[in-house]
Amino acid sequence: MSFLRNTFMNVYQKKAYPNYWDMLALFMVLGIIMLLAWNAKQMAVPYQLGQAIPISLNPDHLPGYALRTVSRMFLALIFSLLFTFTFATWAAKSKRAERIIIPFIDILQSVPILGFLSITVVGFIALFPNSLLGPECAAIFAIFTSQAWNMALGFYQTVRSVPAELNEAATMFHLSAWQRFWRIDVPFSLPGLLWNTMASMTAGWFFVVASEAISVSNQQILLPGIGSYITVAIQSADMHAIGFAILTMFIVILIYDQLLFRPLVAWAEKFKSELVGQEGVEAHSWILDILNRTRFIRHVGYKIGYLLESGVNISFLRSKPLTAFHPSSYKAKQYAIWIWNILFIFAMICLVVFFFHFVIKNVSLDTIKHVFFLGMVTAFRVFILVILCSLIWIPIGVWVGLRPQAAYIVQPIAQFLAAFPANLLYPFVVIFIVTYHLNVNIWATPLMILGAQWYILFNVIAGASLIPKDLLQAADNLGLKTWLRWQKLIIPAIFPYFITGAITAAGGAWNASIVAEVVSWGNTKLVATGLGAYISEYTAKGDFINIGLSIGMMCVLVLLFNHFVWRPLYRYAQSRYTLD
Amino acid sequence: MSQTSMTSEPLLEARNVRKSFFKGGKQELLVLQDINFRLFEGEIVALLGKSGSGKSTLLRILAGLIQPSQGTVYYRGNPIYGPARGISMVFQTFALLPWLTVLQNVELGLEALGIDRDERRERALKAIDTIGLDGFETAYPKELSGGMRQRVGFARALVVNPDILLMDEPFSALDVLTADNLKSDLLDLWQTKKTGLHGILFVTHNIEEAVLLADRIIVFNSNPGCIRGELKITLPHPRSDLDPRFRNQIDRVYTLMTTPQTRMETPIGTLETHQPIDLGYRLPEANIAEITGLLETLNAPENQGKMDLPDVADILNLDIDELFPLTELLEILHFAKVSKGDITITDAGKAFAEADILERKKIFLEHLKKYVPLARYIYDQLTRHPRHRALEENFLSLLEDYLTEKEASRVLETVIEWGRYAELFAYDYNAGVLSLENPN
Repeated sequence: MSFLRNTFMNVYQKKAYPNYWDMLALFMVLGIIMLLAWNAKQMAVPYQLGQAIPISLNPDHLPGYALRTVSRMFLALIFSLLFTFTFATWAAKSKRAERIIIPFIDILQSVPILGFLSITVVGFIALFPNSLLGPECAAIFAIFTSQAWNMALGFYQTVRSVPAELNEAATMFHLSAWQRFWRIDVPFSLPGLLWNTMASMTAGWFFVVASEAISVSNQQILLPGIGSYITVAIQSADMHAIGFAILTMFIVILIYDQLLFRPLVAWAEKFKSELVGQEGVEAHSWILDILNRTRFIRHVGYKIGYLLESGVNISFLRSKPLTAFHPSSYKAKQYAIWIWNILFIFAMICLVVFFFHFVIKNVSLDTIKHVFFLGMVTAFRVFILVILCSLIWIPIGVWVGLRPQAAYIVQPIAQFLAAFPANLLYPFVVIFIVTYHLNVNIWATPLMILGAQWYILFNVIAGASLIPKDLLQAADNLGLKTWLRWQKLIIPAIFPYFITGAITAAGGAWNASIVAEVVSWGNTKLVATGLGAYISEYTAKGDFINIGLSIGMMCVLVLLFNHFVWRPLYRYAQSRYTLD
Repeated sequence: MSQTSMTSEPLLEARNVRKSFFKGGKQELLVLQDINFRLFEGEIVALLGKSGSGKSTLLRILAGLIQPSQGTVYYRGNPIYGPARGISMVFQTFALLPWLTVLQNVELGLEALGIDRDERRERALKAIDTIGLDGFETAYPKELSGGMRQRVGFARALVVNPDILLMDEPFSALDVLTADNLKSDLLDLWQTKKTGLHGILFVTHNIEEAVLLADRIIVFNSNPGCIRGELKITLPHPRSDLDPRFRNQIDRVYTLMTTPQTRMETPIGTLETHQPIDLGYRLPEANIAEITGLLETLNAPENQGKMDLPDVADILNLDIDELFPLTELLEILHFAKVSKGDITITDAGKAFAEADILERKKIFLEHLKKYVPLARYIYDQLTRHPRHRALEENFLSLLEDYLTEKEASRVLETVIEWGRYAELFAYDYNAGVLSLENPN
């Protein structure tokens, strides 16, 4: 590597004209621009509800479908970022806003993501009649919901943890709110925000695939994309097509991982706020190296930097010299607070009244009981799955984590697998169940955690690799063997990491239950008993009262589990087993 | 130079400033009381006091970062209600933005003032030059050593051409040699008038530092913070800590800090005539190993049980934030007596210093029960309880009537440590339970 670097540096110093890297980078940029243009043209096709969009199983169309899928993902990401920057910042800066925004996000987080799709799709179709834009928006909104809450909460927490002295320095040097946001809040939160964004996108691949084929009011809308391709392939029981789709998705995720995720994470290293040079490996990315060393890109980067700087220092958003203090403005503010409080309470009362009115009028107690029972069945599944996955992945994760070379190889693979949308693999399991006439209620269950299990693995790996060497050596020195070693050292040391992984895995399993409890292959349809199956069944029928009820039930159950199981466990792990 | 300008209008003035913080409910905690302070043209002034004495709060009020609860701050005769242009600040932990280069960090203040790119660059480069950071313009703060980072802090503060420079313990995060180097460079800048500065005010808990730099030292009292007195230092620069006159000035500061002035007032680090403390007393943060070490030093043959406080600080390499909690605890426990800059061991202290490990615990236990009401109270409560147990929250909420939340838990932690050492009671961290039982 150092040899390459030297050769390269010489070239860089001698030649004034573009080098090879320039050409490569140029083609990459041009290619991306062309693809985006083509994609935008496709999106605004006229469409009527009930009209079938032909999805071709010809693998030649797959790159195009993949692009449509990817662009939905990125559109959603842009909206998530906008949401994060506005609402999370607002919550971090204003106590009153915080009191409303944060609990709302907390609750929205526990609403099943595909539930948003079921609820909003009709509204979006009505909003853009005669255009495919409606279902497109619904799909993008569903992906947005899989990203935004997580990102916003993370951003809010980091903005609040900006060191007091940095804030004081900003005040002392008269930075305006706008300058402060871009110079302090955003850079400070950037590493965290990036990780969160990447984690959200990882989960997003699952939902982007699931949300393309929407069944609503007994009609199926197929948005062109890999998800729809898979759906059609399943309906026509075409094994080859499924293979191609998986291959395509594999390539897409590989590109996303190498071209976006790793360069960004490596770049964000410079925003890490610890001033002391921390130990451990810095993230590296070959793409970032190319960009950093390309004359043309550096030049563009410089120009962009210049533009951004002008944006940050834009004159009408500059701080004004402090002139006088108006006591009257304080009073006006007090009135505003009062009016705000009254309006808020009024709105809450209206909502509560509406909710009870709605429930009493439309839902019988038996239905509620039934839905609750289904919810408990699904909860039981989630619980069993988390335990089973832990039993499998903890020993493997610890084995890998204690061996740096193994961890170096396995960690990126696990992250990659976590990004791979597991729903693409469902057909294989269905074929397996159908062939051997197995019990659906048991054998369809693992589908729920197929994608989420990796969180347990890579968190355990991370935890195990951070166990201090001297503790391990002390354990060896004291002759702690097998079980005693696990009991006294390894399990306590990885516990906080494991809990983080288990929480994420459980959340993923709840979300996946909507697509995992009803699976089909050709004309065979397998339905397991559970809340997820109930939701997808009524979504297909277009029965909005039952959809609302079942989604509400899932939301409440997830909230209950979070507050009474996971959070206490997490707090306990943090206070008791954190190594420092 | 300060004498001539005393009659002129002060650069910065605090008039009747008082600051209290509200803690949950309606309780009010007084942090600063009746502060009247003036900074004059051409002066370097040090605010000296223990941590928690409110000196940093006063500095922030003068900076316009915090609003006083009462009273007003005037900058060149005009009241200020926020950070005024013309007042700049250097921070204890530097407060640099890690994602910006040295140059960008220095440019930050100019950017906020809306100065255009070219002028900004020129001025920043000049400031970097002046402060001796040449060649590091493109470095990121994490590549720099602590001393260099604080130089960036200085360059950033000076590039805006401030009138007054405020510094919040600017050298306390640096090692001794680096700090000395930076201090002499700062004095150089000040004396050669290379900056447009008209006054410097800094906060410190290091007496040598105050005597080395300042023309005037303001000594702070804690609980609530108020000005105890002030000293003029008229030694010519450069001052050397080997100079007997310099040692003399340090002695004066210690004496001012440890001599009672009025009957009502408790001097810093002492208890007047061994007066008893009450239940909610802000117990000093001192650990037993340290007071044992100090007693052993006092009791050593060459010291004969009596030492000058500056010598103690020197020999044991302690600053006042570390030294005064120790002397205070020794006074509370009647192991030593502090007065007029001297510390003298008592008979009990002598016995403690000469005892073995188990004997020491016994003496300590006896004095802890006798002279620390909080320890006695906890012990009594535990004795009364049928199962000899109590939740730490009970004691915490009791202490919160007297102290801030943070201080209350600090004091409880401290007394728990003493109680455990004396085997007065036991404590279970996980359950947060205090008890009389021994762990099994």
